[in-house]
Formats: sequence, C-alpha cells, structure tokens
Amino acid sequence: MIKGMKTLGLKRKILEVKDLHVHFYTYAGVVKAISGVSFEIYEGETFCLVGETGCGKSVTSRAITKLIESPGKIVKGQVLFYRDGSPIDLLKLSDEELRRIRGREIAYIFQDPTAALDPLYSVGYQIAETMVAHNTATWKEAFRRAVDILKSVLIPDPEKRVKNYPHELSGGMKQRVVIGISLSNKPKLLIADEPTTAVDVTIQAQILDLLRKLRQEEKMTLLLITHNMGVVAEMCDRVAVMYAGKIVEIGTVHQIFKNPQHPYTKGLLKAVPNPLIKIEKLESIPGTVPNLIFPPSGCRFHPRCPRKLDICDKKEPPLIEVEEGHKVACWLYVK
Amino acid sequence: MPEPLVRVENLKKYFPIKGIFFTRAHVKAVDGVSFEIYRGETLGLVGESGCGKSTTGRLLIRLLEPTAGHVYFEGKNIFKLKGEELKRFRRKAQIILQDPYSSLNPRMTIFEIINEALEVHNIKVPDKEEFIVDWLRRVGLERHHLYRYPHEFSGGQRQRIAIVRSLIIKPEFVVLDEPTSALDVSVQAQILDMLKEFQRELNLTYLFISHDLGVVKYMSDRIAVMYLGKIVELAPADELFEKPLHPYTQMLLSSIPIPDPEYALKKPKVKVIGEPPSPINPPPGCRFHPRCPRKLDICDKKEPPLIEVERDHYVACWLYAKK
Repeated sequence: MIKGMKTLGLKRKILEVKDLHVHFYTYAGVVKAISGVSFEIYEGETFCLVGETGCGKSVTSRAITKLIESPGKIVKGQVLFYRDGSPIDLLKLSDEELRRIRGREIAYIFQDPTAALDPLYSVGYQIAETMVAHNTATWKEAFRRAVDILKSVLIPDPEKRVKNYPHELSGGMKQRVVIGISLSNKPKLLIADEPTTAVDVTIQAQILDLLRKLRQEEKMTLLLITHNMGVVAEMCDRVAVMYAGKIVEIGTVHQIFKNPQHPYTKGLLKAVPNPLIKIEKLESIPGTVPNLIFPPSGCRFHPRCPRKLDICDKKEPPLIEVEEGHKVACWLYVK
Repeated sequence: MPEPLVRVENLKKYFPIKGIFFTRAHVKAVDGVSFEIYRGETLGLVGESGCGKSTTGRLLIRLLEPTAGHVYFEGKNIFKLKGEELKRFRRKAQIILQDPYSSLNPRMTIFEIINEALEVHNIKVPDKEEFIVDWLRRVGLERHHLYRYPHEFSGGQRQRIAIVRSLIIKPEFVVLDEPTSALDVSVQAQILDMLKEFQRELNLTYLFISHDLGVVKYMSDRIAVMYLGKIVELAPADELFEKPLHPYTQMLLSSIPIPDPEYALKKPKVKVIGEPPSPINPPPGCRFHPRCPRKLDICDKKEPPLIEVERDHYVACWLYAKK
C-alpha cells in the first residue's frame, strides 16, 4: 500500500481550518503572516506543514488554539475541532474553555525543550502538574504515572530521572520529557512544531522513532511542522506546502514528492541535497522570501517563479484539485 | 601524490574549566587528529555538536593556539609564524562563519567592511569602489548596496557579503564553518553553488564543516567523520556513503532523513543507542564503545588507530584493525 493512501479512504475529520487570517500589528506595518489558510486533518494520520522561515507554518499551528499573542491577532477564520463527530469552533471558545482543551485534547510540543520546561521544578512535577491541572489524576497518582510516562518515552532509569531538574538532562532527554508532558493526558491531536530542529541528527532519529511508535500505540493524530523535507518524507501521510502565508500545494506525501505541481514545491525539492543521489548542480530558487507587510500582488511566488504567466502578478490563483486529494494553487493548472 | 597544502599532525586542543582557585578539568575538544588537505580539493568535516569540528577549523587558520600538535601550511608550521610571515599566512587562509548576523560589524557600511580587508592586507587597486562593486556583482549584489548597513540585508545576502570579504583578498585556503546552517534551503542552494563556482575559478582549497550530511556530500571530495574529538573515518565522499565502515558512521548515515518517501519505507535501520557522552571525561578505549552495537572486548581497553583499510579509506575501529 502506498503511504498516505489509507487516510484517503477513511475520511473522518478531526480538525478543519477554514480561511484563517492572522496579522501582526508592528511599528513597520501590518504583517500579513497568514492569509486564507484552509486544510483538514483526518483521524489517525500524520499531517505536515512544510515551508521556509516566515512562511507562517508555526503561526498556523499556534492559531489553532489561539496561542497568538499581541501584536498578533486572528482576524478571520474558523478552526473546527471534531469531538465525537460534532464540530466546535475553537476560535469562538472562551479562554477558560480553550484552556480545558489545550493540554488535554490538543497538546503541543515546541522546538526548544529548554524554554518549554521550568528550571525550578523537577521533571516529574512538571509531568504530574499537567495531569492535575486537567483533573485527570490526583497528585499522588500523577507522580506515580510520571514514572510510567518517562518509561514510555524511553528515558533510561525513570525512577531516578523523575526527580531530576531540566538542567541535569541533555537536549534529547529534555525533548523526551516535553513529549511525555504532552502525552500525559492522552490527547487526540498532538501538534509538534519543529520538534527535532534543536537536536543532533542521531537524536533526531530517536525522537522521530519515538513519535512514530507513540502515535501508533496511542492512536493519536499528529500535526507536524517542519522545514526539513527529509523529515516530511519519513513521517507524514499528507503534506501542505506553505509559502508566504498561503498553502500553495497539498497532497499525500507520495503525490508531493513524486508528482509535485507547483513551481515552488518543485524548486524546494530540487534545492535539498539528497545524500543518496549524485548531484552535479543543485537547482536554487532565485531571490528571497517576500516581505509580508507588502506581499507581492497576485500569486505571492510570481517574482521568483521560473514559469510566470501574464496573469500571475494580477490575480491570485485558487487552490484547485488536480487529482484525487492533490490540490495546487497555480495558474498553470487552471483551465 | 602531490604535496598537501595543509598537513595536520596529532592536533590537540583542551579547554580548561576553571574552578575557584585552579583548573578543575579539561574539555578535550580536539584530541589528536591528523589529516591532510590537498590543493584544490574540498575536505568535508562532519560530526554532531560538540565533536570538535569547529575547533579543528579554527586551529587550522590559527584563530586558536593548540594544546599540542602541529599544522603545516605549504610546509611551514603555522604556530611558529611571526610578523610579516604570519600576516602573509592570514591573507592566504580565511574563514567564513555560520552566522552572518554576528560576523558583520553593524556599525560599518558594506564598503567599509570589505575595504577593511583590502587595507589590512595592503592590497592596492586603482579604483577601490569599482573593484568592490565588481565583486559584489559576482555574488548578485549591486552598486546601490555599497553604502548600506548589514541590518538592511537578508541572511543570504549577508553571507554573500561575508564571502566577498573573505575571497576579495585572494586566499588559497578557506575554512567554511557551517556557512549555510542559518539559511533556508532555497537560499542554501544558491550559496553552495556560488562557493563551488568560486573554488573552480580561483583554485581554492576548502575545509567544509557541517552537520548536514547531504550538504557535505554535495560539496566534498573527501569526508572526515569526527566523534568526541577524534576522526573515526576518512574516505572519498561517494565511498563513505556507499560503504561506511565505522559503526558510528553507519549510525549517522542511517539517521539522516532522506527526502524520498519510497526510500523511507525500505531504508536500512541502524538503531541509535544512547547519546554522545561529555568530552570532559571521554570513555576509555574507543570513545564510541558505550553506544556501539558491535563492541568487542578490546574496545573499552585500547584506543583503535586510524588505519587505511582500502585505498584512501581510513577507519579507526578494532573491527578492521589487527590487534
């Protein structure tokens, strides 16, 4: 079976983002960080948001549970979370209601584990705290469970480690603890924002292995945010490629890697040196990522696009389906 | 074999960890490495953070003084150079650093930054401005960029400015210390191709330091793999990827995420055991033995020598050495 196909047959949505807009009001002007992002995630799959710095992938993932702080603001859009089949709009909930969902039904893992952990508390306390805060355990029980959680994220000697403070652990271990915290309430959806960017490649392999194992055991849905095309290929079922605050292409991992359609996706795939292939010359994308205070008119990729048409700088291309489950926003494919 | 441009012999660098009254311990960042770099080639140096690859790069152009060992550049020991001779060496050996945000002085214009390199090395050209503009054009920048300040440029553009500053004085040997790690992939490809072009054109010799194995493979003729201050394997780039011998190299290669979903399914898996230990008290014998899936009895007792097991393919592992 081709990777990613299984999720297409079994269509049970868990999350649906509709026409999301997030702006940042800075001194220099209004940064339109995300402009009209829509996608859905199905139960049990690993969905990836991939793109370069500043494309809006992290902002999108944070906006899902309103984790956007001033000067940022969610200007428009809906985030539907499907609880036992019926949708609720997360953006309409009060802070208190959202807090009950965040950390329990939707959990996060961020890039930097050192910033995610409090240096003044033992890791055991921090894991237990998550459970107590959501009333899923008493303190006593939570501490006991913290040991099991450390064991499940493959930390050696968990009985001793549970009393350790963050500074006593290596970067890889800290990230495991953060994963442990996020899993403590058995969330339905886990959002991992560049979980392996701060660690070395061998540790990255361990963490990715762990996430894969936990996803299967706990039957979680995973939203993975990354800039690394290799991680996408190894982890994901479906992928959305983002550029300058918009989704330019979306499809199964197979469709995106074997049959990319958007010139940006094509360029991105050719710019990554694959160590298994002999490459004479890397193909680079000319120019740089645009300024989102004054984004380019029409298609935001047109100033860098090798196949620009006349219409590209005038009108924005719609996201249209080119084959089953494969959508592209590019005038080349609009009839 | 031609005479190497750079020859490194048993190079060591220990950093002291100061206690209240005296030195408590040493971080053995580089602990006895030997290799050669030939004129016109690119030697890749890979390893994880803390393995000593950047320290090695800095020692090679004498930004650091070694604890022990020698580096010969064109046959001369660089740690014995003085006065005019040292200055000549400084012109010939340059470095390009990872972070173009901290390697350019924010209070100087681009013209001043590049001109400083020319002044320091007493390079006389008829029209300085024209000369610098000419170089800026080669990296895709324009005349109107000349009197701007670093903060007005993107990361990729800053790295281009850093490249011009290093190459305009016509060096022979350039240490590239993770030159694209701070950049996005689309910009990374531009910089890598530019560096390759300059190498051909100016006959440069590169030491390319990176933790990204895909990038190192693309750039290098030969690759040295470092682990905890030692070189564990050294081989031609293609051979290292096709036939890695050291168990650490095998683990490292199998850890790289490959941008190909079909390959990802059938990829050979080498399980990663544990994490790299601290370089303050490295394990005895082979430093990799606590994590090695193929450990022998001798491994925790005696250090394996770096030996040539096939033509140009060196490895430091008891599996391949005669005890």
